[in-house]
Amino acid sequence: MRTAPAALLDARHIEKHFGGVAALAGVSLTIRRNEIYGLIGPNGAGKTTLFNVLTGLYEPDGGRFEFDGINLVGLKPHNVVGHGIARTFQNTRLFGNMTALENVMVGRHVRTHAGALGAILRGRRTMAEESGIRRRARELLDYVGIARHSHALSKNLSYGDQRRLEIARALATEPKLLALDEPAAGMNATETAELRGLLIKIRDDEVTILLIEHDVKLVMGLCDRVAVLDYGKKIAEGEPVAVKNDPEVIRAYLGGALP
Amino acid sequence: MIEALAQMRRHPAALWVAVVLVAAALLVLPFVLASVGTAWVRITNLAILFIFLSLGLNIVVGFAGLLDLGYIAFYAVGAYTYALLASPHFGLHLPFWIILPIGAALACLFGVLLGAPTLKLRGDYLAIVTLGFGEIVRIFLNNLSQPVNLTNGPQGVTLIDPFTIGHFSFARSETFLGLTFSGPIKYYYLLMLVLLAVIVINVRLEDSRIGRAWIAIREDEVAAQAMGINTRNIKLLAFAMGASFGGIAGGMFSAMQGFISPESFVLVESIMVVSMVVLGGMGNIGGVVIGALLLSFVPEVLRYTVEPVQRAVFGRMLIEPEVIRMLLFGLALVLMMLYRPAGIWPSKTRKREFAEQD
Repeated sequence: MRTAPAALLDARHIEKHFGGVAALAGVSLTIRRNEIYGLIGPNGAGKTTLFNVLTGLYEPDGGRFEFDGINLVGLKPHNVVGHGIARTFQNTRLFGNMTALENVMVGRHVRTHAGALGAILRGRRTMAEESGIRRRARELLDYVGIARHSHALSKNLSYGDQRRLEIARALATEPKLLALDEPAAGMNATETAELRGLLIKIRDDEVTILLIEHDVKLVMGLCDRVAVLDYGKKIAEGEPVAVKNDPEVIRAYLGGALP
Repeated sequence: MIEALAQMRRHPAALWVAVVLVAAALLVLPFVLASVGTAWVRITNLAILFIFLSLGLNIVVGFAGLLDLGYIAFYAVGAYTYALLASPHFGLHLPFWIILPIGAALACLFGVLLGAPTLKLRGDYLAIVTLGFGEIVRIFLNNLSQPVNLTNGPQGVTLIDPFTIGHFSFARSETFLGLTFSGPIKYYYLLMLVLLAVIVINVRLEDSRIGRAWIAIREDEVAAQAMGINTRNIKLLAFAMGASFGGIAGGMFSAMQGFISPESFVLVESIMVVSMVVLGGMGNIGGVVIGALLLSFVPEVLRYTVEPVQRAVFGRMLIEPEVIRMLLFGLALVLMMLYRPAGIWPSKTRKREFAEQD
């Protein structure tokens, strides 16, 4: 269902300074529903900073953004998740001493309600919720293809499986927008191909994806639209092919125009 | 031991037999101890109180990963609440089932008071602040005899009521079916009941949405926030729950001893409880129970054995029992941390052992 290009996320002139450095100098972008939106740029371009602003980790110094028609600026990270933006981290941040299954179960936190009293009394509602959490977590491990590792401690998983687990954990929060910070970093060619398949599957299940990635080949082949950041500014946006041939982009990446 | 447990899981009948045997042993235990000396029943009762404390602290330190070095303050709050509401000091003699909840609630309030300003702190910094908090509470107890005599200062509160239900007093000796139920033995059974409840509560909390949130915060606070966990509230809940356990333990301590003074709530006691949690295995309920039992009993056993052993070996006393006791105790802690840094029974091994079942 990809009819009218209704914007899911609409960010305007986002600014973020660290001391005198402008990490984001007025970045605007719109992400449409059910697309894979790529965000690329050289190191230090401000990609992760933008991520952190959108997920509530940083408060922007200027600008505003609306997600699904609601202004999320100033909300804490745990509230942002509630509105439907889930994320993964550049250096995976799993709960290392919890099993894969438990990691995903934590992801259900934002959509469940049992409190301490419920936990102690174990009433019918709490138990039903708990078994729902467990069931959904199993489904998601299966969905990302690591069901066989359900009971392994997440710190003992292979690098690629940790990345998948992080995606499963983020999906457990029932996001409308899944923001992935370099999910293919450190993956080999096979793993990257599998990841690509997974991301397409997620998009087809109607979760919009915002993707930061260094693997240009992956981004170009996968994304519906791409934006390029350089020194905190968006220097290009559009279809992958158009962006790839944009002279500004080539200058940013290679330091000058090709002959 | 873990494999034996895994075996038992597969055979429910064997599990029940084991439970019945352990229960029977625990029922008979106080009479065996009493035949050695009533002191040992008292020591056992204190050890159970320390299990309460360790399990309470385990919520804060073991689950949520917040190092609290002032935990004994909550024990003090519970103990003084009971002492002041059930002693001649104010002439109040409320029944224990009213005071214990009040003590737990007050300790809970103190837990939140400590937790709220320290939410941004972690690790060493949090440890320092909580250490200070524990000392502040103790110093207040020491000095609140003026201008209004609230706590009776260093002399402490005496003649504290024992637990009574109607005409049944936990302090009196009674003979029933030819067995002598002394005061400590009665308390032992009461403590065992409460211990059962405390363990069930802890196990249930750990394996719940809240328990997972605590552990998630311990593992990675930023990721926990990204999962929608309100880290502020969930941390405060950990402080509050842990503190309530301490408050209840304090109230029972007060009633059992009949006398309390600020000296019972010094820093060393806090450190002792932390040691129990760390030594046993942070975050694992079974490990914490073992840690509390070991650190409660080993010093006592040493107290009674160091002197006879020296006389037997050297013919006379070379080193004072008190000195060698702490020396061996310290050595044991150092060796433990060197060779089993995760504790005697670390968290999670259990889960890995049972991985295939679920």
